[in-house]
Formats: sequence, structure tokens, C-alpha cells
Amino acid sequence: MQIEKQIAEIQNIVDDVLKMALSKGATQAEASMSKVQGIAVSSRMCDVENVEFNNDGGLGISVYVGKHKGSASTADLSKEGLALTVEKAVDIARYTSEDDCTGLADEALIATEFPDLDLYHPIELDPQKGIEMAVAAEQAAMAHDKRITNSDGASYNANMGMRVYGNTHGINAGYPSSRYSLSCMMIGAENGDMQRDYAYTVNRVPSLLKGAEEIGREAAEATVARLGARKLATGKVPVMLHKDVASSLFGHYVSAISGGSLYRRSSFLLDKLGEQVFPHWLTIEEKPHLKAGLASSVFDAEGVATKDMTIVENGILSHYLYTTYSARKLGVISNGHAGGIHNWIIGDTGQSDGQMLQELGTGLLVTELMGQGVNTVTGDYSRGAAGFWVENGVIQYPVHEVTIAGNLKDMFMNIQAIGAERELRGGVQTGSVLIGEMHIAGS
Amino acid sequence: MFNNVKSHLLTDSGLELSSLEKALGQIYHHDNDYADLYFQSSQHESWVLEDGIIKDGSYNIERGVGVRAISGEKTGFAYSDEITEDALLSACRAARSIAPAGGKHAVKSLSNSEYRVRYESNNPLLAMEDAEKISLLRAVDSYIRKKEPGINQVVVSLSGVYEEVLVAATDGTLASDIRPLVRLNCSVLMEQGDRRERGSAGAGGRHSYDFFTTDKDGRPYYETLADEALHMARINMEAVASPAGTMPVVLGSGWPGVLLHEAVGHGLEGDFNRKGASTFSGRIGERVAAKGVTVVDDGTLQDRRGSLSVDDEGTPTQHNVLIEDGILKGYMQDKMNARLMGVSPTGNGRRESFAHLPMPRMTNTYMLGGQHDPQEIIASIDKGIYAPNFAGGQVDITSGKFVFSSAEAYLIENGKITAPVKGATLIGNGPEVMQKISMIGNDVALDRGVGVCGKDGQSVPVGVGQPTLKVDELTVGGTA
Repeated sequence: MQIEKQIAEIQNIVDDVLKMALSKGATQAEASMSKVQGIAVSSRMCDVENVEFNNDGGLGISVYVGKHKGSASTADLSKEGLALTVEKAVDIARYTSEDDCTGLADEALIATEFPDLDLYHPIELDPQKGIEMAVAAEQAAMAHDKRITNSDGASYNANMGMRVYGNTHGINAGYPSSRYSLSCMMIGAENGDMQRDYAYTVNRVPSLLKGAEEIGREAAEATVARLGARKLATGKVPVMLHKDVASSLFGHYVSAISGGSLYRRSSFLLDKLGEQVFPHWLTIEEKPHLKAGLASSVFDAEGVATKDMTIVENGILSHYLYTTYSARKLGVISNGHAGGIHNWIIGDTGQSDGQMLQELGTGLLVTELMGQGVNTVTGDYSRGAAGFWVENGVIQYPVHEVTIAGNLKDMFMNIQAIGAERELRGGVQTGSVLIGEMHIAGS
Repeated sequence: MFNNVKSHLLTDSGLELSSLEKALGQIYHHDNDYADLYFQSSQHESWVLEDGIIKDGSYNIERGVGVRAISGEKTGFAYSDEITEDALLSACRAARSIAPAGGKHAVKSLSNSEYRVRYESNNPLLAMEDAEKISLLRAVDSYIRKKEPGINQVVVSLSGVYEEVLVAATDGTLASDIRPLVRLNCSVLMEQGDRRERGSAGAGGRHSYDFFTTDKDGRPYYETLADEALHMARINMEAVASPAGTMPVVLGSGWPGVLLHEAVGHGLEGDFNRKGASTFSGRIGERVAAKGVTVVDDGTLQDRRGSLSVDDEGTPTQHNVLIEDGILKGYMQDKMNARLMGVSPTGNGRRESFAHLPMPRMTNTYMLGGQHDPQEIIASIDKGIYAPNFAGGQVDITSGKFVFSSAEAYLIENGKITAPVKGATLIGNGPEVMQKISMIGNDVALDRGVGVCGKDGQSVPVGVGQPTLKVDELTVGGTA
């Protein structure tokens, strides 16, 4: 079936569900529905391991009876299943309290234009072709270095689907999207030490995935580079987060400036709007309409139109991130962040990856972070780390079993440089981040 | 129970046991060694109180069937969120294609597995009126506000799951289970001047909601939880920077057993060991922990969050000894890895839902008690850390490196607990840390029932536990 026709069918279901909600006593309602079809195949030791056929769908509805809210969701999309879901949501609204801030997004903010963001690049789902890619990645990895002794496998995923959102203000919009990925994890051993590492590629356009051989080679290189890792002595040293892991730092920033954390007074960046929180040169742009972007969307999870924003300008906290509810709690209006952020581009200081090592000079290059260890209320940060010891801009040896600790407030302000070579495989596009001195706990 | 589950999952959808045998037979038209069908329906609800009002309630229903076919080390898998004969047969055709056409085996006739039921089969969503659930949330909120009038934010959440499963397999397995699961959480935010600190506590298990209102130690259990959340916020309000470096660490009893979950638990799952990917691979019979350390995984404990009457492959759960007096005894297995390694399944085959593949997973993992009085353990340390409460953890099973983050911790100075210190991540190497356990308390306890374990993108509820433990050297990620 044509994708446009499938979307139209889902729009009809959403429409029916909204009408049903109104007929059952709701004064407002919103519903979203998604369908995803795909395959996940994996190989191990260059032979097929798993072939999975995925087929997921679900509908979620929120109803408002006056200022009382109720929500329900289901994967059962039969008529009975949908009717039961709507009834449950209305039922729940009988028990929730009156809440002045609850309700649909303001009508004026709802998206009215729906440009094509080029998110949908369908292919024929072919497990055999996926297996070939996974095996090719593993073969390249196994052949790359004799210290690669074992494999944790390679996997190829292809997913195509659609999302529809509708509410009783009148929006009922949907769009298709696709996502493809290939990953490979290898195990290396030398002198009794065993280490693993991985490489991956992800894209909405299948032809833009990196080649299987390249992924295999990268996985093998990353794995053998970790062999013979040592601990560091406890102390303070300059730390640089490699671009593979640097986006996590901005992920913590997202949590801290989210409306939900603010109205709960659970953020170390409370009451900091308009203040300097990063160095003067640092700017963060949000671009929700990037063509084929991994976090692109015309509207957020409440139907609010998304638009380009400068989240951080010259190091200043320019915008908090609001949903309809958190905005009302804080006396402002939503800026389209229900469901998260949309493509952040972190400003850089122009250096290549090699130049960034020079900027670090002597210190710790972090390529892996472990554990939760981040307190958004206080900004306290303490996480497990692995990576490389660098002297005078040259990698000396791998490091493991250490922690890096500090406070995010200081870590943000102390950022000394951000590389120009960006990580593009997620919702935050950033180069490597040189943070400056942090506390290392080791031997 | 079996008849009820069968009627809900099969008969209502027009299926009979004979339809399942037929479906399994279809898979055996190809050269597969094993296949199973996993039918599941679940209802989930949650209620949230915030700012003194009932802010949100939600309800979710799901049902479907997962079909798995295994040929040697290869697995084919397909699922459907519709339970109909057509959908079932179509999933079977997709899954069986992992092996070439031409079957060699016959499906054994299905017969009911024998096992003991480890929890009640009541539906917790129905066992308490909605109005009573609301009253429970309000009771927790008003208890906290009465106890600490200056408290700024209180969030209380209550959630419950009712799940029915039915498994049928080509080896003749036929089993069903009804699995209730409830949880209560409370979180408070305390403010003093510019400083804000959070405290939280939770509990749960395979019970009805009245578990939280029933008296325990002379008062409703929710009061104990609320007090703990307040205690944690107060302690954190006074906490100073944690020291950094390698030092002796005393871990409290109960929830700090997350140490075992990360340091040894994952590394002893059968799949990693079959593949030679774990730091514990090929080490059965070797010393992997200090003398006196005995670690078990036990899915049979009554009403526990991590317990199962049968696992998701229809194997009854067991009391499995993983490490005995420091010697590695065995791995946790599902059917596939057990067969490939030539051992028996241990009742650890678990999956998040019908839409996920089963694999070896933990249930309730804990260390047995030792000889020492917890006070004696604290008194043995000149300078170190006492950590009675933790947030989550993570492990790299290949290198053995694991981390876990303290949520409440104190300095130990000259044998006494002194100042509270801020949460810090602790890092170590599983087999090394287990060898450095030098004192084991006589106060073994299990956690309160809040654990969630993630592996390969699948979440399952688990339990952990341990007595108070002394680890001679562990790296503490502080800033002082």
C-alpha cells in the first residue's frame, strides 16, 4: 500500500478516536499514533545469528474533561481496543484533580504548514542483504588485526514507519520516516587482557550509511586500541570528551533547562535565564527542519510548530525548553519541546580532531562514559570513564577504571574548545569538547 | 489458573491447543531444532500526585504473540499484536525461514508443566478501587507535609501491572503464568537558602496495592518509605564533597546488592559465556571471589519483584548457586544457551514482552550472610566510605569494569561514621573487587523491590540483595 494511503487511514482512525472522546464527555482531546515496520538481523563469527521481523503500532490518547486530564494507550488497534482505550482515558479524568495548567496546546501555536523534511527513504526489506552487510563488517574486523580474537556480532536494522498526531483544535497531520543502521562490536585479547568496543553508522537514507568494511575496521581499531589499558593516579588533569561521547554533556544541559525540571525547582540552572552559563564564544542552534535530520520534525508531540532557535547565544542561556504544561506552570508559552529537542548544532572553535589533541596537550581523552552519576538538581557530576592518556598532543596509552568528577556549572563555563569535526549520528551535533581540569579518581 | 489464561489468550481469539500444535508443526516444516510461541496480554496503570493534586493517570493495554524458531545458533523471530490464527501462522512462516525447508523433527504433544506458584494471581488494578488508589497517594503526600512542613516539592507515583502469559514449545512445554507487579515511589525536594536537594524512596513487588497500606513494624508501610525519602534529602542537604581515590568501602545491606548485579551477575549470564565474551568465561570451578562469598540467583522467592513462577520459556524458576564460598559454580541459562553449552536450563529465560526475544537474565540476585556484626565492620576502618544507598549501575562484561553510583554515603573516620558525602560513582573490576571482600555482615536483606535491569534494549524487573560488606579497595569518584 502507498504510504500516503496508509497515513490517510491512520488519520481517519485518529479522527474517529477524537470524535469518540468528545462524545464520551471530553471537552478536548489529542491522540497520536505510530506504525513501524522493519527488520533487525545480526551475525556473529561471520554467520547469521538472528533474523527478526518487527511490526509495531500503537495509539495514545489524552482527554481533558474541563481541567481534568486522563491518558491511555494501546497496541490493540481493533475497534474494541480503541473504544476501550478512549473509555479508560475518560474514566481516569474522573479521578484526576482540577489543574488550571492542563489542556491542549494554545491554538495559535499549532503547526499549520507541513513541509516535507525528506525523512522517508523506503527500501525493500531484505534480510539477506542485511546479513551480508553484517557479515562483511565482521569479516573486515576479524581480518584487520590478529589481536581481534572474538566477536560480539554485527547487526543491521531497517525501520520504516509513520507518525500521526491530531487534536480537537483541528490539526490531524502525519508524516513517514525511515531509519537504517549498521553496527559491529568486536572483542580483542592480548596478554590476558580482554576488551571490546564497537562502531556504528545510522542514517535516514540507506545509501548514506558508511560501508560495512569501514564499520568493521573502525570497530577493530577501537577494540585493539583499548588493550593494555592502565589506571591513572588520583588527581586533577585536563579532560577532553571525544565527539563520540560529548553529546551526553549537552544532554545534561537539556535536562537542566527543561520546563519540567524548572517548575519542580529541580535544576541547577533554575533562575539563570539570560545569564552566562557557557564561555562567550559558545552558541547552540536548534534546527528542527534539517532535511533528513535524525531529530527533525515540523511539530512537537503536542502539535506545536517547531522553529529555528538560538538556544545559547554567546554563552548566554537564551531559552529554556517548554512544553505546554511546563510553560503554563511558569507563566510563559510553549516553544515546541514536548517530546524533546530537534537537532542541536553546537558551535565550535575551529580545530580539527588532531588540533584538538594539541589543545588538550597533556591530559585525559575520554572515549567512554559509564553509569548515571549526574545530579540535575545540584549539577554534581561523577561518572566512570575510559579513554587515552595524551602527552603533548600525542596519545600515549589506553586508560580505564577511572572516574571523572566535577560540577556541570563549572564544567560548562570551563569549556576551552570544541572541535570542528562534528558527530552527526544523533540529535546533538558536536565536535570533541575540551573541558579543562577535572578530578580523576584512579589508583 | 491455566484455564483462565488459556481462555483469555487463546479461546477468546478463536484458538485451541490444537491450533498451537499446528502452528509449531508449520515451523518444523523447515529444519529447525526448536520453536516456541509466547502469548501475552498486559494492563498497566499509573497515577501521579504532584503539587498536592492528582495530576495524571494513565492506562495501557497490550496483547500479542511472539514466534521464535531456532536452528543451531541461529534464531528467527516474528510477532504480531493481533492474536488470530492468520497472524500466528504468518509469524510462523516468517520465523521458520531461518532454516531451509525440509524438517527432521516432530512436535511433541503439549502437556502442562508442573510448577509452584510464587505470587497471588489477583489483578492489582481491580483489587483496589480507583478512589482508594487516589487516597493512598494523598495519604503519602499529607504524611510528608505534616512531617516536614517546609518541604517544597512532593511527587508520589503508584503503578501496577497485570500480565497473563502462555508459552507453548516444540519440546512439549505448555505453561501459563499470571504476574501482578506494583510499585510506589515518592520523591521530595528540600530547599535551604540556595541549596536544593532531592530524596526519594520506593518499594514494590508481586502484590496488590494494599502492600503499601498494610502495617509493617507497627505503621503503614508507605510511612516508612516517605520517611526514607525525607531522610535522604536531609542527609544530602548536609553532604560535603566525596573524597576521590582508592579506599576501603563498606556497602550497606539490601539495595547496595546492585554491586553483585553489575560486578558478577551480568558476567554470569549464559549467552555471554557461550560466546566467550565474558570476563568469567571458561572459569567454572575457579576462585572468582573471596572465601565466604556465596552468590545466588533465586526466582522462587515469594512475591518478590524479580520472582517468576515459570520463566518466559515455561521453565520453572530455581534457587541457582552462582558462586559458592568464592568458587564459580554455574551460569544462568535459557533453553538455547543451555542446549548449546550442554547444561540444563536454570529458569532464567526472560523477555520484556512478546515483541522481544528471550535471553538469559537475572531474577533476584543476592549474597548470603556471613559472621560479622555490621558495627564491627565499620569499626575496622580508619578512613573510608560507608554507602548504604545507591542509584543504578552499569557493566562492561568483557573487561569486567563496572560502575555504580551512591545516592547516600558517609565518611568513615577512625572506625566511626561521620559526615555525609555527596553521591559519587564507584568503579572497579568485577572479579578483582569480589576477591577484595574481606568482611561479610550477618544482616542479609533484599531490596525493597524497585530494580529494573536493561540488556540489549530490553527492561525486566529484578531484585538484588546482600549483607553489609567490606571491600578493601574500591575507586571512589569524588572531588575532594
